[in-house]
Amino acid sequence: MNKNCILETNAINKYFEKPVRFHVLKDISLCLHRGEFVSIMGKSGCGKSTLLYILSTMDTNYDGQLIIDGQDVTHLTRPQLAGIRNEKIGFVFQFHYLLPEFSVLKNVMLPALKLGRKSPAEVREDALNRLEMLDIKGQAHKKASMLSGGQKQRVAIARALINNPKIIMGDEPTGNLDSKNSENVFSILQQLSADHQLSLLIVTHDLDMARRTDRIIQMEDGAIV
Amino acid sequence: MKELRLIVDISRTHLVSRLKQTTVAALGVMFGIGTYIVMLSFMTGLNQLLDGLVLNRTPHIQIYSESKPSAVQPVEMYAPFADDRHIIHSIKPDNQLERIHNALHLLDELRRHHQVEGATPQAVCKVFYLGGANKFNGLLNGIEVGEEMRLFNFRDYIVAGDVTTLLTRPNSILIGSGVAAKLSLSVGDRVQVSGDNGTVFSLTIGGIFQSGLIEVDEVQSYVSLRTAQQILGEGRNYISRIHVKLTDIDDAVPLAQYIGRNYPVTALDIKAANAQFDTGSDIRTLITYAVSITLLIVAGFGIYNILNMFIYEKMNDIAILKATGFTGQDVQWMFISQALTIGVVGGLLGLLIGYVGSVIIDRTPFVTEALPTVDTYPVNFAPMYYGIGIVFAISSTFLAGYLPARKAKKIDPVEVIRGR
Repeated sequence: MNKNCILETNAINKYFEKPVRFHVLKDISLCLHRGEFVSIMGKSGCGKSTLLYILSTMDTNYDGQLIIDGQDVTHLTRPQLAGIRNEKIGFVFQFHYLLPEFSVLKNVMLPALKLGRKSPAEVREDALNRLEMLDIKGQAHKKASMLSGGQKQRVAIARALINNPKIIMGDEPTGNLDSKNSENVFSILQQLSADHQLSLLIVTHDLDMARRTDRIIQMEDGAIV
Repeated sequence: MKELRLIVDISRTHLVSRLKQTTVAALGVMFGIGTYIVMLSFMTGLNQLLDGLVLNRTPHIQIYSESKPSAVQPVEMYAPFADDRHIIHSIKPDNQLERIHNALHLLDELRRHHQVEGATPQAVCKVFYLGGANKFNGLLNGIEVGEEMRLFNFRDYIVAGDVTTLLTRPNSILIGSGVAAKLSLSVGDRVQVSGDNGTVFSLTIGGIFQSGLIEVDEVQSYVSLRTAQQILGEGRNYISRIHVKLTDIDDAVPLAQYIGRNYPVTALDIKAANAQFDTGSDIRTLITYAVSITLLIVAGFGIYNILNMFIYEKMNDIAILKATGFTGQDVQWMFISQALTIGVVGGLLGLLIGYVGSVIIDRTPFVTEALPTVDTYPVNFAPMYYGIGIVFAISSTFLAGYLPARKAKKIDPVEVIRGR
């Protein structure tokens, strides 16, 4: 166990059973340092998203060891893993993924309300601060479904930040945005890494973006090269 | 507690955001429960009315003297033939008086018995009503009218005139409505009756009596006990029937057996006299329950369907909630609480609708020859049905929500997110 790693894997292997047995991930061992901004690159089908969902604790069907913030989470139960996601990991997906019927503010507040460490009033305050930081406070009381794509993605980042997570994970977070908005979102992520010492792990196939991160992990056929 | 509030809060947003579907589901429950309440209240109301029709006027125990074959024939008592087989042809009933032996003593005993609310003596005499050249078969019941009113709601069946004339005027009669119609008689007229022995009596009609049963109303009339005894030419101790009302109807069978064993009379309990009645009520209730439960099950399937569809629509939401740290359990309770909300709201509305419906039925005029005491449809407003209704609404919606909710719990967020 490496103290400097916020996220560490040892020899992770994964197989798809259907339609035929297929070795998706081969002996993946990696380390994400504290405060590091890492991108995972590779052709589509090389297993980079599969790896990300294992690292995110949502996929538990693998062999090997996963350590998050010094804790071996490999054999934890699903509710325990949900707790870890809630507290330590923030997500940004390619397709915004907000709850459309809830207000923007409520979307950001929900993970913190679930964590339950702060009173609703404090959570509300925190959420407004995050929205302000992402320059979208003006939309706080709109319904999430009323926003544009770039705005939604910024709200998703605000939600990812609400519980002060250790790691932000993104699955092609700029993949669905036009160049102006994706530049905007990417620079926000960069700023988070630089100013707030957050660890970021981004799956992307945009080489220009990847080059601006601290380190690129290149994958091919389920292995790191 | 805090978690629960959050989950309920999310459920509420979900429900409000598709108010139409929620309303439809709640309406389904509402109609199910409402119909259940109305049907059951109406049915049991009707049952009670019909039961009451018989039970209110049927004595719990009827005591009379009956001619029947002796249980033990003389040949069986003769010791030398004890081991032989007895074959007796053409057995005749034992000769019995129509009057109850030592009736006043028995009446006194019964009235003092702790299980007995009251007992009334009757003297029954067969007569002919005379109308010109015609003679119509009739039956005069001599009664103690005060006790009959107190114990068997006798006054309910007097449709014209005054029941107390039996007490105040000698030789007055409460005549059956069928007889009155046949002889074109009304209150204040006189009617001639001839007794068994041919003597003719002239009686003043004090009132008209209608039981609702034609065969009774065309034959039966009531006079005071003393008048009946006079027509029979008997003394004050002539009593042919005793009707007993108990404080608890369940004591009827054992007490009737006790009387039958200890006195030279026949005692018929109400269960034996009206065996078919319980069966009728039970079957009507059974049918009511079957129909109501079917309605509720249909409503339950409606909820199941709507929640199932909703979960497909909300796959993304479920995946996001799980990705951001909500457990499967949280998601499951979100959907169960939605189902329960529909159940509680629909159920309460159903109780209201059911109550309103019952009130409307209760106010609807219902006039019939057969039931002189009834002027609106009978409804039974028993709180128990409302209790059962709400419990059933909640438990059936819980079940209908549980299965879809369990599916939501098991949804794998990775599959949903990667599936895009």
